[in-house]
Amino acid sequence: MVKMVKLDEIQKRLLREVADLHKVPEGAYNIRSNSQSAGRASTANIEITSKEGVSGLEIRIKPGTKNESVHIPVVMTQSGLKEVVYNDFFIGDDCDVTIVAGCGIDNCGVQDSEHDGIHRFYVGKNSYIRYVEKHYGSGDGSGKRILNPGTEVYQEEGSTVEMEMVQIKGVDDTERTTTAELKAGAKLVIRERLMTHGSQRAISSYVVSLNGEGATADVVSRSVARDDSFQRFEAKIVGNAACQGHTECDSIIMDHGKILAVPALEANDVDAALVHEAAIGKIAGDQIIKLMTLGLTEQEAEEQIINGFLK
Amino acid sequence: MLELKNISFDVESDGQDKEIIHDISLVIPDEKLIVVTGPNGGGKSTLARIIAGIEKPTSGSIYFDGEDITEKTITERAKLGIGFAFQMPVRFKGIQVKDLIRLATGGSISTADACRYLSHVGLCARDYIDREVNSSLSGGELKRIEIATVLAKASKLSIFDEPEAGIDLWSFQNLIEVFENMRKDITGSSILIISHQERILNIADEIVVLRDGRLVMQGSKEEVLPELIGTASAVKSCDKVL
Repeated sequence: MVKMVKLDEIQKRLLREVADLHKVPEGAYNIRSNSQSAGRASTANIEITSKEGVSGLEIRIKPGTKNESVHIPVVMTQSGLKEVVYNDFFIGDDCDVTIVAGCGIDNCGVQDSEHDGIHRFYVGKNSYIRYVEKHYGSGDGSGKRILNPGTEVYQEEGSTVEMEMVQIKGVDDTERTTTAELKAGAKLVIRERLMTHGSQRAISSYVVSLNGEGATADVVSRSVARDDSFQRFEAKIVGNAACQGHTECDSIIMDHGKILAVPALEANDVDAALVHEAAIGKIAGDQIIKLMTLGLTEQEAEEQIINGFLK
Repeated sequence: MLELKNISFDVESDGQDKEIIHDISLVIPDEKLIVVTGPNGGGKSTLARIIAGIEKPTSGSIYFDGEDITEKTITERAKLGIGFAFQMPVRFKGIQVKDLIRLATGGSISTADACRYLSHVGLCARDYIDREVNSSLSGGELKRIEIATVLAKASKLSIFDEPEAGIDLWSFQNLIEVFENMRKDITGSSILIISHQERILNIADEIVVLRDGRLVMQGSKEEVLPELIGTASAVKSCDKVL
């Protein structure tokens, strides 16, 4: 029996930010609030259970499950809370499912709050998974808001995974590690959007191994580093078969931001076609001038350019 | 009405001041289409950028509807009713064509209305409205979108800096129609086009010729155009556009 916790207004606001949830979601869900479950529901096809021994969930999706969704948002409002959570997704063959995760931390205290979510995805043959993960921090305490997500993806033949990872505001420190292994004909698309400000630090690293013939990966990161923040983006695509891989890191640097982009390719097969691109630059003066000629102020122009870039 | 009084503009080049515009005084009356022409490097684009506020004149003053706007910013001038189409339009990653048109109108606009502006510049609206204004667009497509944003802004004074540059011959026919239509609906507004094109000069109410930063000729199309035919200031579309 899962213990239910009532959500306060701050927790509800965090839920809206990370999961676009205004009420209890349809389909399967688990809402985790300050290390406790604030609600859970399984469906006929999607079963959510607590892990034995460690904190976390096992989410089992039956083969052939179509057009269903799973929401597993996490909110933290207690200063000083540190947790490591292991969530495993076992997705059967021929599924078509959307998974929405995400973590919001509101820290008004002096102690650091930290959530390290380790997500493992075992994706069955010919399944299509859309995964959305948003991170958000708020609160004016001196305690840091720290998120260190680890994501592992194992894709069977012919499966497709589309991942959208967004961290736009308020997370002080993040180290994101994503690894993926793809079998023949599997496809992985990753879209990461990141904005850091103040003295935040964000590190994001990807290692995608294309192990089967016809496997494809497209890893694209767009980021904006403002104020004194620091970002490091590392993306490595390993081609172990006749495959196609593309990685792109496109960044806008502002103020005193620092960005280190390290794209890497490793080809272990003569038919592996791998491409990387990386670009870092400030907002072009002409872009601001153009929007000013439409009546926007310099600041409004800058906001529009960043919003578009991170859209 | 726009009035330039004794506008000069210098730039520093190799430690020396170089004069780009020399003491130009000019009136752009209401409800007129004025074309500024002249050889390359004569200061035409600089003059247009000075009017839009992108460049600050070294001396002289600018009045718009009687108000001194010399010290006003680009944004302030845009809000007062000056629109500007760039010779080399800017690309934006992530910003869609409809976003740019919406920003130009200063608020919300229905997709149908935004599409109308694209149709005016000869683009199939359905194919372009959701496109990003990025490097996937050709120079000609970008140019037409640029002109569409200025149409959408519906300014009291619309300035077009070499609208024909980078546009193919077929699109050029459309472009002429765009300006002819603007000329028909000119009530309450005026248009300033920087151009070498004979066909654009042909639809002008008045032609201004700049050479070496100086205003060397100004008058009605009938007075000025015969003097220009065959020179670099009035080329036929097939000579220049392609």
